[in-house]
Amino acid sequence: MMHLLLFALISLIKTIGLIFVIILPMVSYTVYAERRVSAMIQDRLGPNRVGIPLTLFGFQKDIPFFGLVQPIADAVKLLLKEDFTPNHVNKFYYCLAPACAMAPSMMALAVIPFGSQLWGEPMVVANVNIGVLWVFAVSSLGVYGIVLAGWSSNSKYPFLGGIRSSSQMISYELSLALSVIPIFMICGTLNLPEIVRYQTVHGWLISPIWLNGISLFPPSINGQEIMRSFDFLKFLLWIPLFISFIVFTISMFAETNRLPFDLPEAETELVGGYHTEYSSMKFALFFLGEYAAMIVGSAVIVTLFFGGWHVPFLPTTLVDPYTFWGVILGLIHIAAFFFKVALLLFFFIWVRWTLPRFRYDQLMRLGWYFFIEIALVNVFIVAVILPFMRR
Amino acid sequence: MSPLLFWIFAAIMLVFGGMVVIHRNPVASALSLVVSFLALAALFVSLDAYFIGVIQILVYAGAVMVLFLFIIMLLDLKAELRRRPNLPAVCGGFVVIFLFIVAIAEVSFRFQGGDASFQPIAQGPQGDIWHVGMILFQRYNIALQVVGTLILVASIGVVVLSKRELK
Repeated sequence: MMHLLLFALISLIKTIGLIFVIILPMVSYTVYAERRVSAMIQDRLGPNRVGIPLTLFGFQKDIPFFGLVQPIADAVKLLLKEDFTPNHVNKFYYCLAPACAMAPSMMALAVIPFGSQLWGEPMVVANVNIGVLWVFAVSSLGVYGIVLAGWSSNSKYPFLGGIRSSSQMISYELSLALSVIPIFMICGTLNLPEIVRYQTVHGWLISPIWLNGISLFPPSINGQEIMRSFDFLKFLLWIPLFISFIVFTISMFAETNRLPFDLPEAETELVGGYHTEYSSMKFALFFLGEYAAMIVGSAVIVTLFFGGWHVPFLPTTLVDPYTFWGVILGLIHIAAFFFKVALLLFFFIWVRWTLPRFRYDQLMRLGWYFFIEIALVNVFIVAVILPFMRR
Repeated sequence: MSPLLFWIFAAIMLVFGGMVVIHRNPVASALSLVVSFLALAALFVSLDAYFIGVIQILVYAGAVMVLFLFIIMLLDLKAELRRRPNLPAVCGGFVVIFLFIVAIAEVSFRFQGGDASFQPIAQGPQGDIWHVGMILFQRYNIALQVVGTLILVASIGVVVLSKRELK
């Protein structure tokens, strides 16, 4: 009983620490980054004024602080706005939809290893063998929020947005799941911490140069030792892995409704798409859900392809994780993970402000005619190469 | 897994399963079915069958029910709401439920093998996915290939049938 309570307590601390200390602030600062980066790309300044409001306390000037307090001001604005519910909506589902849009992306975080260990405790909330399948399953539930919002709003633009979104997300889930099968064939597991550990030993899956682990101090691991030496087959295997990275990343853009695939909320055609009828905090929940889904998507890409928390040329474990340096190393790994996630988020934003939107039939053709076939052929390529590597 | 969680999820599953039938609004019925599926997945997880549980969510709650919802939303829901329950059909339904319960009670009291408890299968670091894969692709490989071919033929048939009107 004591053991169970301790387990529950540790899980609770990890969950709260991950969601409230790291992810939610990260979401609001991703919104800030989106505005600043878009401004940079369009040769504007963006929100650079909101700082510490000293004028409220009778001083002459505020401290602008690069506008870094902007997210707090946004949150206050969204909370204090009038929460207007139109008369023609289906009330229960109208209120349910924002929660359905927000919750799945938070749930998907449960299986993602965001660090190696702290005080010997693995930095993942749920270390389960189904790993990435859980992410797919939960994010496939995210479509309910959008569909319900579109339907319960009882007006045409949200409805069109909801319909578009459900067909888009169902189509791209297929290529999303098919494109990562090569990784599981190579690593031999679905467990995300195991996949990261594999990459710490054999090198990141995205990198063509697989030394015996990029780390100088590779730990001993009892796994399948496929890529032991430096040879030609590794380069051959890198090609399908890179293809699967491309397909997975682009499908992730479609799955998170980001531009160039933001058809469910295309402002120029559908006003705002599924959230047209929403205001105040309900609207903010859709907004947060979208950015949280983006962060989860980046985290999955980092975990699968960019070595998760692994830092090249640093040891992955110390003999005693309870010492000062052990804790520092754990913190460095967590920081490295979120640094990689932040870089990918920058990429997401960059793409959004660079590419124009796809047409609906182009989007469907890309998903059904190209990505699914490419992903399937990719699986075959890896299946042909792998027997030669095992020997 | 404590029995308490089993009872909670079983209750959720049954209550929402009942709501599927009781609700007159088809969207509400479909969403109740989704919640029922989620509770069923939780029951699978409680048996250490993580893979089946997550596939339950991924396939049924995440894909099949989204398509259902998609179709239902294109229907005229007002007409559906106006329909009154048909009394003989309701009575017939209760009779069928009663007979089914009697049959299950009869079988479960007669069959003694249900009392035995079995060793958990999914042991070791690989977990249940490994076992499922081993059994599917080694012992039942031929059957799996046959089923795969059948599904392929069926999906080609669907495409052909749905394209027929365009010619």
